[in-house]
Amino acid sequence: MLLSWLNILAGGVLIGIVYALIGSGLTIMFGVMRVVNFAHGEMVVAGMYMGYFAHSLLGLPAPLAAIIAAVVMFAFGYLLQRLLVEKFMARPQHIQFILFIGIALVITGLHLAIFGPDAHAVDGPITFATISLGPLSLDLVRVQAAGGAAVLILSLVLFLRLAPLGQAMRAAADNRTGSLVIGLNVPRICALASGIGAACAGAAGALISPVFDTEPYLGLEFTLIAFVTVIVGGLGSLAGALVGGVLIGLAEASAALAIDPQLKTAFSYGLLLLVLLLRPRGLFGADAG
Amino acid sequence: MQVDRRLGWIAGAALFAGCAIAAPWLDGFTMSLLTLVFLFAWFGQASNLAMGFTGQLSLGHALFAGLGGYAVVIITTRYGLSPWFGLLIGMPIAAAAGAAIGWLAFRFGVRDVYFALLAIAVAEMMRVIFSNWNFVGGTGGIFLPALSPTNEPLRTLRGGALFYYAAALFLATAGTALLAWLRGARIGYLWRALRDDEAAARALGVRAPLHKILACAISAAMTALGGALYAHLNGVIFPDSMMGMALSIQIIIGPILGGLGTVFGPLVGALVVVPLGEISGTLGQSLGISGMNSIGYGLALILLIGLLPGGLWPAIVAGVQSLWRRR
Repeated sequence: MLLSWLNILAGGVLIGIVYALIGSGLTIMFGVMRVVNFAHGEMVVAGMYMGYFAHSLLGLPAPLAAIIAAVVMFAFGYLLQRLLVEKFMARPQHIQFILFIGIALVITGLHLAIFGPDAHAVDGPITFATISLGPLSLDLVRVQAAGGAAVLILSLVLFLRLAPLGQAMRAAADNRTGSLVIGLNVPRICALASGIGAACAGAAGALISPVFDTEPYLGLEFTLIAFVTVIVGGLGSLAGALVGGVLIGLAEASAALAIDPQLKTAFSYGLLLLVLLLRPRGLFGADAG
Repeated sequence: MQVDRRLGWIAGAALFAGCAIAAPWLDGFTMSLLTLVFLFAWFGQASNLAMGFTGQLSLGHALFAGLGGYAVVIITTRYGLSPWFGLLIGMPIAAAAGAAIGWLAFRFGVRDVYFALLAIAVAEMMRVIFSNWNFVGGTGGIFLPALSPTNEPLRTLRGGALFYYAAALFLATAGTALLAWLRGARIGYLWRALRDDEAAARALGVRAPLHKILACAISAAMTALGGALYAHLNGVIFPDSMMGMALSIQIIIGPILGGLGTVFGPLVGALVVVPLGEISGTLGQSLGISGMNSIGYGLALILLIGLLPGGLWPAIVAGVQSLWRRR
């Protein structure tokens, strides 16, 4: 009894690490561009399709598919920023909101037009495989997804800390005017941030494609999960996204255990409300906006 | 501003009067399309009050529509009472929910993106709760019983296409008139002062919490009334369709495209957005490719906000003004 509980909770933590990767993408885009990407979930779904087809057509495992998805979605995010979003950077928030709703609708529509409305499920022996870790037995696909997500988050943190470009990105997030003054190419940095954000979403999608069935309409759900993750942790903070993601994964798993699997999303929204009210800028957010 | 107002009154009066007079000659499709246009013009005015006048970006208005709809449907189907009584309960409940969100946001300093997310969180949480609450029908929703042949629309608030058309037209007219009045009223000035510079307004003695919460409550009650009519129009109420994020988005697209903070923007926005959805839907069907409708709709949204920075109505006003000057 206790063991099966622990198994479910561990499964929640594993999915939570993938949520953290999704949230990291959203948080980097917001931190650098000051734009809320309401199409983030749709980008996750795009990654899920890539993961599904990489597996079913090429036989690639999810971590390899995630690399492909990251590269493709990076290009998508970079171009999206350069060709479209850049022109809306100075516009009010509600206008940017409509812009991203439009982008989300186009992505969903493309998925529907190309892949049809049916769910695509990765099948094969890998979906049943488990790994024993001490007394726990974990789904291989979840361990794989969490491992891949953890590696990507870690490399993102190292990039932002150590690489000159990453440091420039943090500078642009901290002080836009100041970084313009010292000669940083801020529009290019924004486009890079947009690319990295989309790459995080795409890679996360590819990683979870063996866990959840891929459908065109999942986008909104993932967008909301990304928001909850990021707000709980603090918008603009990577450490916050990690903690937020794991907390949401845990909250969902424990809600499914204690009450009813149907109510798991209500639990994570409850957590969000609690955090918003007690600490409006999130657990790791800066105190002054 | 002068042209804005004069043009608005003339165009608005002509539109409403024309639609009222034309009712007997409208075919079924046009009438149902215009019904939705006017209903979403009313929803748009409600969110315009919170978003355009007071500057609170609410992405959870479906919550209020759902509360109003559920109150009326439950009162009539479960207890056999009058839908007017349902409105009498549903609108204050929605107003209280709106006021509670407004109060929480104010009390804890939640604003901008965070306010939008707070509203989403409350709405989504209620949607999930309603989906799992048997008393309100769960995910299966509640279907309205068939109308009796001796149905009196004003008693049951249900009827044929003409009744819904008239009711939606009435709401759109009343909503536009209400916002026109509120804009010129003292409280309208206070709201806009808070929107433009809250610190300055408070320094001058505007009671920010009271007025912001009031705007939330009025907006929520208006949305609940629209939600009740929407539920009756659909003949069924589900948590996903009446409280979902999709409806919240649908509600605020019209006023933003039409021109936030203007009196006629939400009306113009609804006149464009609702038919746009229908056209892209039929276009997608005739092409036989699923997904074409949302691609078309999405591209149209991006194009419209890209080309018209302030919204449709300010663009129309500017166009008429330049014509006027050229003469």
